[in-house]
Amino acid sequence: MVTRILHHPVGALVAALFVLPAALHAAEIRVMCYQDGVECDVVAEQAKRFEAANAGTKVVIDVVPYKTIVEQLPVQLAAGQGPDIARVTDLGGLSKYYMDISAHVKDKAYWETNFGATLPWLRPTAADKGIYGFMSQLTMTGPYVNKTLFEQAKVPMPGPKATWDEWVDATRKVAKANQLPAALAWDRSGHRFAGPAISYGAKIFDAKGDLVMDDGYKTAVNKFVGWHKDGAMLKEVWAGTGGSSYADSIGEFKNARVAMVLSGSWQINRLQKDIGNAFDWVAVPNPCGPAACSGIPGGAAWVALKTSKSPKEVGMFLDFMAQEANYAEFTARTNNIPAHAGLAKKGVKYPGATPQAQAALGVFSSGVANLSPVAYQFQGYKFNRAVMLPTVTRVTQAIVGEMSTDEAMTKIAADMADAVKQATK
Amino acid sequence: MPLLSRGAGLFFNLFEPLFRLAQRRLGLGRLGWLFVAPNLIVFGLFTFLPIGINLVYATTGGVNLMPFERPYTGAENFGILFECRNYFDIQTCRKDVFWRAIFNTVQFSLIQVVLMVLLSLLTALVLNRKIIGRGFWRGVFFYPVLLSPVVVALIWKWLLQSQGVFNAALVAMGASPIEWLTTASWAFFWTVFVSIWAHMGFYTLILLAGLQAIPKDMYEAAEMDGASPWRTLRRITLPLLMPNLIVVLVLAMIRAVQIFDEVFVLTGGGPGSATTFIVQFIYQTGFAEQIHLYGLAAAASLVLALGLVLLTLLQLRLTRASDAGRRAR
Repeated sequence: MVTRILHHPVGALVAALFVLPAALHAAEIRVMCYQDGVECDVVAEQAKRFEAANAGTKVVIDVVPYKTIVEQLPVQLAAGQGPDIARVTDLGGLSKYYMDISAHVKDKAYWETNFGATLPWLRPTAADKGIYGFMSQLTMTGPYVNKTLFEQAKVPMPGPKATWDEWVDATRKVAKANQLPAALAWDRSGHRFAGPAISYGAKIFDAKGDLVMDDGYKTAVNKFVGWHKDGAMLKEVWAGTGGSSYADSIGEFKNARVAMVLSGSWQINRLQKDIGNAFDWVAVPNPCGPAACSGIPGGAAWVALKTSKSPKEVGMFLDFMAQEANYAEFTARTNNIPAHAGLAKKGVKYPGATPQAQAALGVFSSGVANLSPVAYQFQGYKFNRAVMLPTVTRVTQAIVGEMSTDEAMTKIAADMADAVKQATK
Repeated sequence: MPLLSRGAGLFFNLFEPLFRLAQRRLGLGRLGWLFVAPNLIVFGLFTFLPIGINLVYATTGGVNLMPFERPYTGAENFGILFECRNYFDIQTCRKDVFWRAIFNTVQFSLIQVVLMVLLSLLTALVLNRKIIGRGFWRGVFFYPVLLSPVVVALIWKWLLQSQGVFNAALVAMGASPIEWLTTASWAFFWTVFVSIWAHMGFYTLILLAGLQAIPKDMYEAAEMDGASPWRTLRRITLPLLMPNLIVVLVLAMIRAVQIFDEVFVLTGGGPGSATTFIVQFIYQTGFAEQIHLYGLAAAASLVLALGLVLLTLLQLRLTRASDAGRRAR
């Protein structure tokens, strides 16, 4: 039918006059998205609804591995290339590439009311008042425990205020009783490491706000390396690769090779999906050290990028996604903790979450209250990767015996200073 | 061939006036430059220009990608790489991982190349004999060369991981599992082994071609003179195979210095920095770390380039020496 109309001279003329100009004005928004569960799938569905309501705008969701977001996107952006929108986790580090969309959102007050606490995380400077995107979810680092293994070993699970030492002792007993290769594992990530380090008293910043490697951090490094050397920690996660590459411990947890892992709230959906009824798992509050019982807050954000040639449409699409109904749908379907204040106050129903996942979400949500102020300061620090990445590299070197923990601490401090110096040039 | 020559003739006839004009303007001596110009342009764009850009990065600092946004720092990046309190203790170097990477690369190259050449030679000698299923065995040894390095590494990782096939076999035999990839010495051993396994077929093929080019009558003469197989190998095979052996040696050495893909997938450079080689150091410094130190990576890549130039000069020298030796004989 369409072909017949187009073959007719009048039809072709009409098409040329009306359809082609519309097509020329059509904006295509490319969204670079990684997903821990179904985040990109949900956004793709929302994008279809946005397209239906905004004729002439096409939204393409490019699903990429997390590694692409971490390693390739920054290079693309530095080269002046890149998508219109991306889901990122290096919130401050990439802020110079973000685009202010405040002129294109319907109600700025709505954004300030509901995302006011996290909007500064995306701003390049403290004085800036722009809107660059919003947090797709809040996350918190924290441990998961294989309850079935504890029950089989007849070892009681430590209570909510238990220390890391108590948890290590308990999981050691569980590992022995169940003949596991190791008691526990932590994600190979400086971000994950920072929680226990703060719990052990790491201040990370001195009074002037400069980075400092203090005794608290050193205690955490010593403990962690020691747990590797005495076999409590599964060696493969940290020693299984080199450099500062990220490696998660969830795979080991899913295969019941360890009784406990330190990961984060973003894994809930994956655990629900992959473990199913294989065993009972629970999220537990962050174990304590002498200074705190803290994890690290964080999350991913949808951000508008300066590389976009369609700022208006990008602003409109982000505004659409940030509306309470859409945000609630995203949060509920992805089993995430909302960063939207209004929604957090009302409470989110997670219809697709199993009782285990519901309980885990509860543990992480209530755990936000226990986060140390240092954890927030660290998360908001623009160059926090300058601390995280050398930590991974150097602590691994200490684990495998290439250097002592003292030498590792010296090297972390030196690498950190070098990286910050280069980043501020 | 006649078709090709007719085509070339047509080409020169067609452009003859142009060539004559160019010859008149440029002179016969400079006409050659005109013919090589297209190739020079391509070579300049894709080889010399990147070298120049690399030099710009190596002499600038900061984390910006655009060269004009980067502050000039002179030789600072080289200074950072080479700064050590004690040059006999890697630990005291500011960028100790760079020195570990260099040390690992040298160690890997020496061990891997020697083993590679010896095993390739041995395999070629065996495959050159009239053995049963010779074609099949040649295929078997060449097959890994056809595989992507990433596939090779993934296959071996699957075999070597803690719950892999090798450990399953050990456990089935009542032995304890071994941490193949998380113990420094084992990880290094497997990087050498896997790289030899993956590439030996290629070098074997080069040596096999060389062996087949040796005239049969020389062996017949040696046999008639009652020469032992060992003497035949030393006096006939190895001297006549020397040009091929030099090619194999130099190619294997250059490839060993550039090792990256298989090791990156197999061990990620770990445990610690036990299998971190120079190319991986460059990649990590410039691209994998989230604070991209392009300048430092560029400086390290120039150091690598210098090493490769030296190796290439060595190849040229050896090839000339070998040619001169042959002419003298």
